[in-house]
Amino acid sequence: MLELRTLSRHFGGVRAVDGLDLTVQEGQIFGLIGPNGSGKSTTVNVITGLFPPTSGAIVFRGRDIAGLPTHLRLREGIARTFQNIRLFGQLSVWQNLWVAQNSAQDLAHQGFFARWLGGQRGVREEIGRLLEFSGLAHKRDELAANLAFGEQRRLELARAMAAKPKLLLLDEPAAGMNSEEIGQLRSRILKLRESGVTILLVEHVMELVMGVTDRIAVLNFGQKIAEGTPAEIQAHPAVRKAYLGGEAA
Amino acid sequence: MDFYFGLAQLIGVHTLLGLSAYIVLLTGQVSLAQAGFFAVGAYTAGMLTVLAGWHLVPALGVSALSGAAVACAVGFPALRVKGLMLVIATLAFGEGVRLFFFNFDYQIAKGGIQVGPLGGEGFRQIRFFPENGWETGEVMLFIWAFVAAAMALLWWFDRSRYGTVLRAVGEDELAAQSVGINLTAVKVSAMTVGGAIAGIGGGLYAHYTTHIEHASFSILLATFAIAYPIVGGLRSVFGTLLAVIFVQGFLVEGLRFLGDWRNLLFGALIVLAMNLRPSGILGRRRA
Repeated sequence: MLELRTLSRHFGGVRAVDGLDLTVQEGQIFGLIGPNGSGKSTTVNVITGLFPPTSGAIVFRGRDIAGLPTHLRLREGIARTFQNIRLFGQLSVWQNLWVAQNSAQDLAHQGFFARWLGGQRGVREEIGRLLEFSGLAHKRDELAANLAFGEQRRLELARAMAAKPKLLLLDEPAAGMNSEEIGQLRSRILKLRESGVTILLVEHVMELVMGVTDRIAVLNFGQKIAEGTPAEIQAHPAVRKAYLGGEAA
Repeated sequence: MDFYFGLAQLIGVHTLLGLSAYIVLLTGQVSLAQAGFFAVGAYTAGMLTVLAGWHLVPALGVSALSGAAVACAVGFPALRVKGLMLVIATLAFGEGVRLFFFNFDYQIAKGGIQVGPLGGEGFRQIRFFPENGWETGEVMLFIWAFVAAAMALLWWFDRSRYGTVLRAVGEDELAAQSVGINLTAVKVSAMTVGGAIAGIGGGLYAHYTTHIEHASFSILLATFAIAYPIVGGLRSVFGTLLAVIFVQGFLVEGLRFLGDWRNLLFGALIVLAMNLRPSGILGRRRA
């Protein structure tokens, strides 16, 4: 589904991502972990097109998308959430989901004028479903800025789902959550996979990563130092050294 | 009475100018180019009625189109830069337009006299209204019909998905891109709609003053244009209208008795107003 081929992104002399090879299969929940500054978020930003890669290829469903602008990558089916939540704070919950109706299907099924200026046929039910999914139906007219932290995270996930993505990139979705919220997030992520979405999960919270992922890659200084199943990764000496325990067991 | 009609005309035309900046400001762009689009509209409409003998209404249509076309052409390169760089880029454009008209001569003989733009002397005898016997009150109503139409259009935009997308872009471009919004298309379209509104405003301005010159379209006018939606706030189009009434009706006209002290007080009052209402006369929606 997604293949990164010797992908690099340098900032001046800093090699934030350095020759990364990664393959995410369709239907997988793929974990990307590593210490702070190891290049995880940069990888997400390069995949979604916020930064162009310095070198290498990004192949999504058989097509190199490295030259596409961000909004067209979304139309190809790649959506994301942000590590530091980026909602449209002065828009309501409902409006946040409304402006995000930009999937290829939305474009195909609605005429220009209906889409931009008027008719919300179909869109209303769609947004209703997203509100239901994220448990925010009772807050639909609240300004996004006034939501509690956990609600904002849920809204951001719903906004990404509004694009009907095939691949969803979650950048530290559990950051700042308590363990009850992490449990809810976990079941939401599993529900998404059941509905056919492939997920690339960047996360620090091991409780979540080890519990939901099929496969994990570990980054350090922009390079992949290990890849395998959660059990393999937990046992991997280099990973334990770089990240999990500090000292090799 | 004519004084008040005249003031209402001025407020109407400046409201159109402010609305043209309002829609661009919704996307988070501070543009000083609006006075340039206004000038293009003013000269276009003036030349069509005076030199080509057109009726004013189709001439204003062409003003809107030329304002929109210039705004669209300026939008593509200018909107690649943001913040202060955009302010400087659009300021340079506005000054460029002014200097163009400073050097622009195109006169023909009509009824024994030379008419048309004459460089630094300006463009006189834009006499569509007096020639057709319009009273000041009628001219005022004519102007306000356009103001009402522009306000209604933007009011409707604000409630549509398009307007919501403009606001989303104004809040966070990175997030907007990431939910699939084409930033260039959104910003350039807002600039284009703004250009059309400014073009109509300029066309109306040319005809009620009957005389335009490059100096009328200076940085001062560009500053007014962007100040209206900032002072009025972005909650709705009525903020811009209120700001124009406050600035033109109260500060400029109402304080005329203060003589030279007025200009001093003028700046102080704007600063005071913005401190009392930091997000505009009609501020942001609060929940």
